[in-house]
Amino acid sequence: MSEQTIDLKKRRFLTKATGVVGAVGVGFVAWPFLSTWKPSAKTKAAGAPVDVDISKLESGQLVRVLWRKKPVWVFKRDESALDALNSEDLISKLADPNGTGNSKNQQPKYVSSNYRSIENKEAIAVIVGVCTHLGCSPTYRPEPGASDLGGDSWKGGFYCPCHGSKFDLAGRVYAGVPAPTNLEIPPYQYVTESLIRIGIDQKNT
Amino acid sequence: MKNNQSWIDQRFPLSKVWNEHLAEYYTPRNFNFWYFFGGLAVLMLGMQLITGIFLTMYYKPDAANAFASVEYIMRDIEWGWLIRYLHSTGASAFFVIIYLHMFRALLYGSYKGPREFLWILGMLLYVLLAAEAFFGYVLPWGQMSFWGAQVIISLFGSVPLIGPDLLVWILGDYAVGDATLNRFFSLHVIVLPLLLVVLVFLHLVALHHVGSNNPDGIEIKENKDKDGIPKDGIPFHPYFTIKDSMVVVGFIWILCAVIFYAPALNGYFLEHANFVEANPLKTPEHIAPVWYLTPFYSVLRAIPPMFGSQFPGVLAMFAAILIFFALPWLDRSPVKSIRYRSPIYKWALGIFVVSFVMLGWLGLKPVTPTYALLGRIATALYFAYFILMPWYTSIGKTKEVPTRVTE
Repeated sequence: MSEQTIDLKKRRFLTKATGVVGAVGVGFVAWPFLSTWKPSAKTKAAGAPVDVDISKLESGQLVRVLWRKKPVWVFKRDESALDALNSEDLISKLADPNGTGNSKNQQPKYVSSNYRSIENKEAIAVIVGVCTHLGCSPTYRPEPGASDLGGDSWKGGFYCPCHGSKFDLAGRVYAGVPAPTNLEIPPYQYVTESLIRIGIDQKNT
Repeated sequence: MKNNQSWIDQRFPLSKVWNEHLAEYYTPRNFNFWYFFGGLAVLMLGMQLITGIFLTMYYKPDAANAFASVEYIMRDIEWGWLIRYLHSTGASAFFVIIYLHMFRALLYGSYKGPREFLWILGMLLYVLLAAEAFFGYVLPWGQMSFWGAQVIISLFGSVPLIGPDLLVWILGDYAVGDATLNRFFSLHVIVLPLLLVVLVFLHLVALHHVGSNNPDGIEIKENKDKDGIPKDGIPFHPYFTIKDSMVVVGFIWILCAVIFYAPALNGYFLEHANFVEANPLKTPEHIAPVWYLTPFYSVLRAIPPMFGSQFPGVLAMFAAILIFFALPWLDRSPVKSIRYRSPIYKWALGIFVVSFVMLGWLGLKPVTPTYALLGRIATALYFAYFILMPWYTSIGKTKEVPTRVTE
């Protein structure tokens, strides 16, 4: 009978090898569990476009529709509101008035810079009503000169009740508020003169 | 009886555990008011577990039915309102107790060696409890549930690079919805309660290994009689089991008064907007978390966006919680208890308490320029308590610590 000795080197090797194989196994097994948290096939399929009839939309009126579970505002701006969007007085207060800085991915290419709407349809704005700060839905405050929002310097727009971010009537963010970028403009198109389809880009004409 | 006991003792260490942790577990005899809250926290955990089990029997974790099922519990289930209010008001009471329990550690230096690990386990418990409370608040699917979840989950969307994908992964959808509610329910009723119970057990194991601190900050184990029993210690049972039972009676009196007469405490324990069903199209006029999380929410709001991102504010908010973990190593003072600390430490602790309460109050208020400024000042003072601690605890004259407990 030879004397039994403990081969520590072998033991260490086996411990390490088992440990490594085990860790890889845990990693592979964790993947299906973590993947269950991703949006399901049904959820992914639910993002279909939404149609909005604007034939009865009055000047100054705003309607909210749900697109991909987010509120989208469709509203009509009058002449004075459109003029205000072009005024130097307002533009000087905005963080990124042309949408070329931090906000460059917040709108499709086919919307104009100051109105952020499709050409020849300047009065109608379509904006995702989710604050770019932390996801609240800002309040529609179209009345110029609202005393609680800075009086004469307020040209009408949106005010986020959660953290005080301000946006103009084109969804452009004011400078010095918590929200870092302009509100998002979704892809949309005119199916007819009075029917907007949200979720599909405008065809090139 | 004697026979039964020895039958069990041969198979399970019943008498041994009883003696080690109760009848012969020696506790400092100079415990005061501040030492009530550990036991009360265990009581609250038990109450939340029991009321939670019963609520789960009727609650439906489904975005279409959740709000109605809570109203069903409140109106149609016999005594359902009581179970629900015990649970929802209980959550606030739990945090009152936990904050007082933590403040005790600051007063008497209970986090200092050899209790660093005990403190870390306690802080882990606090973080898990905050998560548990957040998930629980989402379940009734009221306006505050929905928009609170929206804001807090959006924080993860601000993480550079992976943020947007991480956000969708957490939500299980492109916005807060049914998938989110259902997984939060699972976390709230299974994952976190299990972890909490395990961690409470470990917290107690660590406590019984190192022994309790006391208002004098003296190690009673350093002064034992010839039988090896600490001279300033008295057995936990029956002395403190009886004392704590009296405290429990008094506490339940106060809790019942709130539950019966002001269960929502005028919007502080259950916010008014949460009695309206969640509406993804409309944010309430003013949203704020429940009071126990507002200090950290204020820190978040105090930091302006930088480089077109909200991420710095999110980091500051998490740092405000995580910095507590470092407390045992930030404190350089040779003494533990406030009784023997230098005057400069007393000032620092006082300013910290004021800044914490201030942040909590501001978190309930809408943002105005004045409040924003106050929020920044309070945030600076809050962090100064921790960051300057190595400096101000190493200067200033401390008093001499007695060898035996006073009183």
